[in-house]
Amino acid sequence: MNLLQLAWSYLRARPLGTLLNVLLLALGVGTIGFVLIVNEQIGASLNRDARGIDLVVGAKGSPMQLILSGIFHLDAPTGNIPLSAAQELARNPLVRRVIPLSLGDSYRGFRIVGTSPDYVALYGATMGSGRLWKDEMEAVLGSTVAARTGLATGDRFAGAHGLSEGGALHGDAAFTVVGVLKPTGTVIDRLVLIDTASVWHVHAAHHADAGAKDDDAGDRQVTVLLVQYATPVAAASLPRRINAETNLQAASPAYESARLFRMIGVGADVIRAFGGVVLATAALSLFIALYHALNERAYDIAVLRTLGAHPASIALMLMLEAGLLALLGGVLGLVLAHGLVAVLAWWMAEQESLRISAWVFSGGELWLLVPAFVAAALAALLPSWRAAHADISATLARRG
Amino acid sequence: MIRIEHLRFGYRRDVDVLRLDDFALEPQAHALVVGPSGCGKTTLLHLIAGLLLPTRGKVSVDGQDLAQLSPRARDRFRGQHVGVVLQQFHLLPTLTALQNLLVAQSIAGLPVDRAAALSMLSALGVDERVDAFPHQLSIGQQQRVAIARALVNRPKLVLADEPTSNLDDEACTAVADLLLGATERHGASLVIATHDSRLKCRVARQLVLPRLGAGVPA
Repeated sequence: MNLLQLAWSYLRARPLGTLLNVLLLALGVGTIGFVLIVNEQIGASLNRDARGIDLVVGAKGSPMQLILSGIFHLDAPTGNIPLSAAQELARNPLVRRVIPLSLGDSYRGFRIVGTSPDYVALYGATMGSGRLWKDEMEAVLGSTVAARTGLATGDRFAGAHGLSEGGALHGDAAFTVVGVLKPTGTVIDRLVLIDTASVWHVHAAHHADAGAKDDDAGDRQVTVLLVQYATPVAAASLPRRINAETNLQAASPAYESARLFRMIGVGADVIRAFGGVVLATAALSLFIALYHALNERAYDIAVLRTLGAHPASIALMLMLEAGLLALLGGVLGLVLAHGLVAVLAWWMAEQESLRISAWVFSGGELWLLVPAFVAAALAALLPSWRAAHADISATLARRG
Repeated sequence: MIRIEHLRFGYRRDVDVLRLDDFALEPQAHALVVGPSGCGKTTLLHLIAGLLLPTRGKVSVDGQDLAQLSPRARDRFRGQHVGVVLQQFHLLPTLTALQNLLVAQSIAGLPVDRAAALSMLSALGVDERVDAFPHQLSIGQQQRVAIARALVNRPKLVLADEPTSNLDDEACTAVADLLLGATERHGASLVIATHDSRLKCRVARQLVLPRLGAGVPA
């Protein structure tokens, strides 16, 4: 029966007050933790999707839009660029590799991307079943697409014009699923991949219907080029040259991701500040509870002193009480934070947005217990000091 | 066991509320401190317990001058060598009967000895209710647990402050029997501060404190 058990006995003796303080602390820690985890997860998700891509080149427009559409597949593309421009860029000695992406069609909300097998290799994706595309009109599905649509190897489907559901169907040009990728945790999971040539095929047919003729190589187009540099030196000159000397636009994923992150960061700051306010409220509530306990327990404290307790032990007892609440509130807060992230992750998955995982725990999260303990320590400071300096003789004499 | 010499105590430097020039109590001896309300009975007990320090003079317990000890050592000395029974027999409300004894061992810096605590409760006849909380115990049982708590560390001296003031005759006799019997069994000295005349026939040695009124100039 040491001081810790004694402190615990007082917490157990008033469950409602204890619950209130634990919940307030948990809410504060949970809110701050939620922001922390989401930030970390979104950052990780953005990094996973942008890994290995040094530069994104596309039609003129907003660089952010180019990155969002070209890497994360979240926004509409800025427009198309001629294939010849892509071929010219690929010949540049500063460029190691160019991966073309052709966007514009979708299947039940999932984007159909015309590209080269390099794109699959970029994300280290491997085949879960079937094989990569070889011919026109063959499609490979990301794992999420396969799971959501129920399509499997051998099935046929028709793409729709446009990136959202409900576009006009390319009814006469049906794709055959030849393979499904294993889950990678990257953007590729929610894409339908086809050969670049297949896009031209579909759209040639489409345009032919409309009376146009454009199977001339000079008119062929792609949407975005993902560029890997041959040398780090390229970063200094290539983007500037593309932006200045051509009709193309070059955007740096690193720079735009950082900018995007800063924009999210403002919202994160607001939520974090809210968490701070809740934590301050928790500290105040804890302070009131301990201060109240001081009066309620004046005689108990006097009895403990007659039993030989040193004033510092009395102060320690109140500190331990606050510390136990901080521990309970902190741990519950972490669980709450992960729970909230799980809800957000589910929602983002439903929206076909970034992939974040809620149940990744990092050691750094334990730092979140620090604000809980600081709040508890601040709340316990004055009550502890007063308890230690109470006039025991007078307390005992008042009742006596 | 107790030795008091030229004791003066006052809350203000120039006003004494308690004067006691000479008092000694042998080991295992019992004494009553009597006198009118406000004469400083409780104050004297607090001085002997080391909860207060004299303005002048000396209070020694078991040969130890309490004023010579550091505050921490004085608290520890009290915990290990002095048992205190308070008027309300106040038990810590959030702990069971047994835990009230265990906490007394732990706070005194002594090893927690569950068997010793249980046997002390048993000696006072409350071994059936060791896991009950104070509010689940009768007043009589609470008194027994409180006395067991005062004795659990085998103190050389037990101090009791008005232990019978709110009790009817029957309960008064019971508490007196318990206090006197238990301290005798454990070889402890006992000092009872009381204005209860019913106790006067139970303890021969009586120290009468005069009332100094609102205090007399030192």
